[in-house]
Amino acid sequence: MLEWWDGFWAIYSTVIFSIGINAMLALSIYLTLSCGLLSLANAAFMGIGAYAASMISMQTALPFPVALLAAAVLPALVALVIGIPTLRLSGVYLAMATLGFGEVVRVVVLNLDITGGPMGLNGIPLKTEWWHIVLLLGATLYALARLRRSKIGRAFEAIKQDETAARLMGVNVSAYKLLAFVLGAVIAGVAGGLNAHYTFTIGPGNYAFENAVDILTMAVFGGTSNLIGPVIGSTVLTLLPELMRYLKDFRLAANGLILILVVLYLPKGIWDPVRIRAFWQRRALKKNMASKIGKAG
Amino acid sequence: MLQLTAISKNFGGLHVLQDVSFNVAQGSIFGLIGPNGAGKTTIINLITGLLRPSNGDIRFNGQDLTSVQPHQITKLGIARTFQNIRIFKEMSLLENVVVGMHDHLNYGVAGILLNLGSFKAAEARARERAMELLSWVRLDHKAQMLADNLSYGEQRKLEFARALATEPKLLLLDEPVAGMNPAEKTELMAEIVNIKQRGFTIFMIEHDMRFVMELCEKIAVLNFGKIIAEGSPAEIRSNPDVIEAYLGKEDEAWA
Repeated sequence: MLEWWDGFWAIYSTVIFSIGINAMLALSIYLTLSCGLLSLANAAFMGIGAYAASMISMQTALPFPVALLAAAVLPALVALVIGIPTLRLSGVYLAMATLGFGEVVRVVVLNLDITGGPMGLNGIPLKTEWWHIVLLLGATLYALARLRRSKIGRAFEAIKQDETAARLMGVNVSAYKLLAFVLGAVIAGVAGGLNAHYTFTIGPGNYAFENAVDILTMAVFGGTSNLIGPVIGSTVLTLLPELMRYLKDFRLAANGLILILVVLYLPKGIWDPVRIRAFWQRRALKKNMASKIGKAG
Repeated sequence: MLQLTAISKNFGGLHVLQDVSFNVAQGSIFGLIGPNGAGKTTIINLITGLLRPSNGDIRFNGQDLTSVQPHQITKLGIARTFQNIRIFKEMSLLENVVVGMHDHLNYGVAGILLNLGSFKAAEARARERAMELLSWVRLDHKAQMLADNLSYGEQRKLEFARALATEPKLLLLDEPVAGMNPAEKTELMAEIVNIKQRGFTIFMIEHDMRFVMELCEKIAVLNFGKIIAEGSPAEIRSNPDVIEAYLGKEDEAWA
């Protein structure tokens, strides 16, 4: 049994780690979406966190928590600076501006010497343990769940539903948008820091356009009306390519097909409490009816 | 309490408001009437800070509002409802009202994260107060329903309760009975008198003459961006300029 586990862990630990990291990333974009912001900067914030933490671990003797702290603080500062001008935009305009920012980050990282240029950073010490991910993902979930139940969560929700009405209820709309943006950057940055410390190597291509879209896809696939959706979405989309290995070259096509089907038939994601509740109610009703008819007969 | 002095508003070359001045006295119900497109909603948007006047001065209890942010104007004690209802449709009625209490929930991040007693107490108080406000407009029995499921008249009443949750001193109502049937109108009229008696000052824009004449102590008439008359309901009813604005001028050939 133990042998079997060792073998399994050796092969699949990276996949299991990725589930946790992707869950954090999906939650980071959930946060901005919950405030009505379509921001696609999270891959870039993940990259900033990853590079900051890796450089600390490779060039100094500082402990891992310090590296992770830098992975949280640096993206937050960057988010603060770029958030103030860009968060005036809404909808697709914000999406375009944040994608542009992501591209800027990628090109800067590609051309700087201290980030290793196109080669990226190699030989990052393997410091991430499974329980680091569990702990930080748990802390993220807990903090977001608490926020949802407070006036901050309600303010986010109000802004998403009607910005003008929220403003006239006394909600400082631009400040709350900035808060969602910065907190999202912190979560993405920490995820980046954790990720870099088990992949051994990172490069500028890891945090580009495709990754930004992947993060959005995981959140939307799972559903963004609550915290469970992004976690389920990231888990399914991380495991799906592994489970479909037998399809070989058609793997990515099948992956895309599943995505299209979900978006078409479950527009609110696979975890949609309202739909799930309605389904069980309908079923209970049918059963009830059936038993009544049975009795009558 | 609310004082507009020589307010003008231009959108490009379009003069929507010209030299508009009036005072709303504390504890009164003030009505602003006028034909469609006269600029009535623009006045409410100016008072709440959603638009800025091109010229002139808006004072609330002596404080200049023309450079204050909308959310801070709410904090000063002005709340409004909208002509085209803007409730939070995917929230419950209770949550809608609790959003209005945003400024009055004074707990910190530690309170939220650690679920401290101060946080729990403040949230419980807010819910209690929200239920009370919902009972004022007789919607408390639907508190847990989604706001989207309410009828038109009920949505207006919910907006009302939500505006009251910000603890305003002055309540701005933008066409409160638009699209309501006579029974709903009568009910809302009673509601508004009720609210006034609790010490709120009310400023309303309305088309329904019977409604305005019965409720308001003072009425101003806006036509093509200018105030053409101001006075008691009886004075307004007999003012020739107002009659002309509403009914048109009698053709002299017929006289």
